[in-house]
Amino acid sequence: MYNKKKRGKTLLFTALFTLLIIELTGCSSGENNVTTGNREGILHWGNGTDPQELDPHIVTGIPEHHILTALLEGLVAKNPATLEPIPAVAKTWQISDDGKTYTFQLRRNAVWSNGDPVTARDFAWSWWRALQPALGNQYAYMLFPIKNSEAYAKGEIDDFSQVGVKVIDNHTLKVELTHATPYFLQLLDHYSMFPVHRATIEKFGKPDERGSLWTRPGNFVGNGPFTLKEWQLFKRVTVIKNPNYWDADKVKLNGINFHPIENVTTEERMFRSGQLHHTASIPIDKVAVYKKDKPHQLLTHPYLGNYFYRINTKLPHLSDKRVRRALAMSINSQQITEQVTKGGEVPAHTFTPPDTLGYTAKSAFEFNPEKARELLAEAGYPNGKNFPVTELLYNTSEGHRKIAVAIQQMWNQYLGVNIILNNQDWKVYLDSVTNGDYSIARAGWIGDYVDPNTFLDMWVKDGGNNGTGWSNPRYDELILKLAPKTKDRNERYKLMAEAEAILLEDMPIIPIYIYNSKSLVHPSLKGLQPNILNYVLYKNLSLDPSLSGVKLN
Amino acid sequence: MSEPVAVIYKIEQAEKGTSLWQDAWIRLRKNTMALFGLGVILLLCIIALLTPFIAPYGYEEQNLLLGAVPPSTEHWLGTDIFGRDMLTRIMYGSRVSLMVGFIATGVALIIGVLWGTIAGFAGGRVDAVMMRLVDILYALPFMIFIVLLMVVFGRNILLLFLAIGAVEWLTMARIVRGQVLSLRRQEFIEAAISLGLSRWTIIRRHLIPNTLGPVIVYTTLTIPSVMLLEAFLSFLGLGIQPPQSSWGLLISYGVETMEEYPWLLLFPGLTLSITLFALNFLGDGLRDALDVRSSKD
Amino acid sequence: MFRFILSRLLQAIPVLLVVITATFFLVRAAPGGPFSAEKAVPPEVIKALEAQYKLDQPMWQQYVSYLNDLAHGDFGPSFRYPGRTVDELISGGLPITAELALYAMLVALIIGVSAGVFAALKPNTPQDYVPMSAAMVGICMPSFLMGPLLVLIFGIWLEWLPVSGWGDLPGDKILPAITLGSGYAAFLARLSRGGMLEIMSQDYIRTARAKGLPEWVVVLKHGLRGGLIPVVAFLGPAFAGLLSGSFVVETIFQIPGLGRFYVQAAFNRDYTMILGTTVFFATLIILFNLLSDIIAVWINPKLRHQIQEGQ
Repeated sequence: MYNKKKRGKTLLFTALFTLLIIELTGCSSGENNVTTGNREGILHWGNGTDPQELDPHIVTGIPEHHILTALLEGLVAKNPATLEPIPAVAKTWQISDDGKTYTFQLRRNAVWSNGDPVTARDFAWSWWRALQPALGNQYAYMLFPIKNSEAYAKGEIDDFSQVGVKVIDNHTLKVELTHATPYFLQLLDHYSMFPVHRATIEKFGKPDERGSLWTRPGNFVGNGPFTLKEWQLFKRVTVIKNPNYWDADKVKLNGINFHPIENVTTEERMFRSGQLHHTASIPIDKVAVYKKDKPHQLLTHPYLGNYFYRINTKLPHLSDKRVRRALAMSINSQQITEQVTKGGEVPAHTFTPPDTLGYTAKSAFEFNPEKARELLAEAGYPNGKNFPVTELLYNTSEGHRKIAVAIQQMWNQYLGVNIILNNQDWKVYLDSVTNGDYSIARAGWIGDYVDPNTFLDMWVKDGGNNGTGWSNPRYDELILKLAPKTKDRNERYKLMAEAEAILLEDMPIIPIYIYNSKSLVHPSLKGLQPNILNYVLYKNLSLDPSLSGVKLN
Repeated sequence: MSEPVAVIYKIEQAEKGTSLWQDAWIRLRKNTMALFGLGVILLLCIIALLTPFIAPYGYEEQNLLLGAVPPSTEHWLGTDIFGRDMLTRIMYGSRVSLMVGFIATGVALIIGVLWGTIAGFAGGRVDAVMMRLVDILYALPFMIFIVLLMVVFGRNILLLFLAIGAVEWLTMARIVRGQVLSLRRQEFIEAAISLGLSRWTIIRRHLIPNTLGPVIVYTTLTIPSVMLLEAFLSFLGLGIQPPQSSWGLLISYGVETMEEYPWLLLFPGLTLSITLFALNFLGDGLRDALDVRSSKD
Repeated sequence: MFRFILSRLLQAIPVLLVVITATFFLVRAAPGGPFSAEKAVPPEVIKALEAQYKLDQPMWQQYVSYLNDLAHGDFGPSFRYPGRTVDELISGGLPITAELALYAMLVALIIGVSAGVFAALKPNTPQDYVPMSAAMVGICMPSFLMGPLLVLIFGIWLEWLPVSGWGDLPGDKILPAITLGSGYAAFLARLSRGGMLEIMSQDYIRTARAKGLPEWVVVLKHGLRGGLIPVVAFLGPAFAGLLSGSFVVETIFQIPGLGRFYVQAAFNRDYTMILGTTVFFATLIILFNLLSDIIAVWINPKLRHQIQEGQ
């Protein structure tokens, strides 16, 4: 009895052990993704966090944006080098003299991946869908320059025919705007303005149903250069070339594998072992190593975003402009970008990144500890005496921690004020900022489009993204009333510069640096044109198999 | 020795609580490795206590322009990316880590041992209810619990002990209960029951001393995991805040730059390892010294 | 024995109910809703979303309807992945995590128990110190350190094994299994050494030795039975811990397992997903704890009587 039992146990263990060995080792083939991909024309793309959805009217993130630009196409696209609008589904377009009416002529050879023609009706229907409140589209506001669309989305009017979208015929679409919006064409290749295939969506559910099965592989019908082949959560999204795409001859890749990789260290190591052509980012401390040893694999360029600190102006000691300016002037942002972030970021002295489509605000403060001390003394805190212990809030992340640690020390050293750091998990942090339950909080803002408006309209009174409690009537007037009505670009920029000067004088925020995009690129990947929006036109990319063997390690 | 005599011997020996511990100390003194372990732990505690007076630099003193440099005569263990002296930071870190390690483990130890012994000894319904409570606590989502703790009570080092204690005693309780269950049926416990000793006396004098072996082993294992758990909780925002440091945090920062600045990982890692080895030798020594049976050899 | 198992299974029902209730209200008490985002979400959108997921109903009503759905085996829709149900997410991640945990457990058992037993045979000699020191190193090294270190050595420097993935490239399961298993191997080594030492000084072992049985028979036949009791008590929670605690390893190695879903759900306040995974893990913990208790009884006949009498 005992022996039998024991033999059974031994057998079980032997079997499991053998299974383990077989499973774990297998036979080695040794070819990496880059080599295979270059031979087969498959791009391996590190894509950040796991995409939530592939419905363009539901998603909110950058990873989703990358996948959707491969799967769908709007009326116009952008030239990745200049960011000028280029024809996409619309072959040509006209803008009326007052800048308020756009007429698009759609190309006749544009078809969906199932062969159906892409028509003006598809766009009108898609935009109608994007505005449906039940869908919960967080980026519906991208459509708001269109006349009456905001009122429609908010349920103030329920007749869509009053919204400024008119189908003239199958291949002509007329759009009316509330104001002349100089950046309107730029919005057209944001995913919330992408067309979706009506018949497919209606086959799998109601038009405004969230998360019906139409976005799954096999169901998805798109009009972009690629179609959806595979979607495994936390593993990969695979798209393959769409033979029905109107410009298919120019598409050089046979497919793209989007790898959701949240851990930057893992991503860098995958790149180094030849599993990725392109990474979404790079660990901070690796930048110097690549700069020195493998500069041709490192791609850094300015990115349209600002890293800054919000100040809660509702708190007594922070309601004093002099205190806020003193805090701003005692941050040595040059040292921060050179010694802490180290990725070639530019210290920021304005909120809108310099030269945003020709707009540069006047810099309103500089690093000047002497002056900062004077201001603080004037405000009643000589050498930081009696300055209340103030909390600096950031959301949990290594990068934010490093910057906060450096700035905490600078404030302590130059002003003698006592700052305690507090990190909160992302959702708690969002809650704290929204409810004004903080003193000073880390923040970042990435422009939705290239125009100072995307940076300045957030600081109006009670703006959803303001959060500082600061407001200024003149600022609101400039941004909400005067600038939108001004057609001339220089006039408009002048008004915006005046507004930004008010903002920077009052300093409810402390700009720290302008973002820099940092990624690793395998030399065999060709056709990538860096730009401040990190905008990628996947149909331009190609792979050169002769460079597969480049040494990465 | 015939069986009954052995039982009585055991009872007598356990009755005289002091002689058990005196015996143990005598035996521990003969164990050089254990004494060495004890010495290292004491030394670390002394250094931790004296850190504010003997640390070469301030723990928050930065020199951004210096950045991370390898060990030199000025900075014996190098500096981190902010140019802060690593030796100083490890010394200050030991204050947090040792305190968290010992106090939180102590809390877990007391709750776990009592809980497990009572459950195992009482048996029946009491045991079932107590152990199902353990199951419930095992199952609750830890991260949500942490977030709530932080929000309700704010940042507080006491919360850190609470959070760590709340999870670490569970496994201890299970181990002790298992041990007690197997002890309960042994002759000397039955003899003690038939002699009419009170339950509490039996638990205190007979059961707990006899579970000490596995408990000590598990405790030496818990201390390091508690120190590392502290790093995780601090990272989430519950524990200590920069510029303070702890060994766990130093190690987790060091991991990120292990290729570029290996000393940032190496030295805190070594410190933690030395501590653990010392604890381990001490733990083994204690276990052997407290083992009533092996003493009869 | 049968009655013992049955009564434990019945006890599981109130346990699960308490866990569900506590978690249900805990997650809703945590600040930050599932739909908050960096760019402020317009109130009308939040309202539409809350209506869709029934979050606008009174709390008790949400609770009752959740329990009702759960009783019908429906974990509800995920908030983070529109259009995916929690059932779908769990059944997608579970096989992968279970496989990972199984390999890790085997690694831990094989290395841990043999090292522990080996060391216990000659306590306080090099045969004891060497494996035990290795075990200590294993405990010192949390997976967030062990993983990247192994990848650096075997993936980047030696180029023997893939740095990431699960079932994509040959050999890519080795490093994750070792990383996850090593910490537990160290624990098992310590526990089995302690347990063995305890048992080897027992009278019945001495009797066995006195009977002139060869040492290996004494160790394997008599020693292991009792010596592994602490190990067995540890195994149940350990396996459940491997399953629910695999997220660090899964993140380091890009493995699409359940651990990542669980942690991501907590960070995203994906209420239904948190609840679903918690219920799921709770069930696992209860089952594995029961299993380890059963095995403990099986290898220790003394307990068997007790259970029969005690119930």
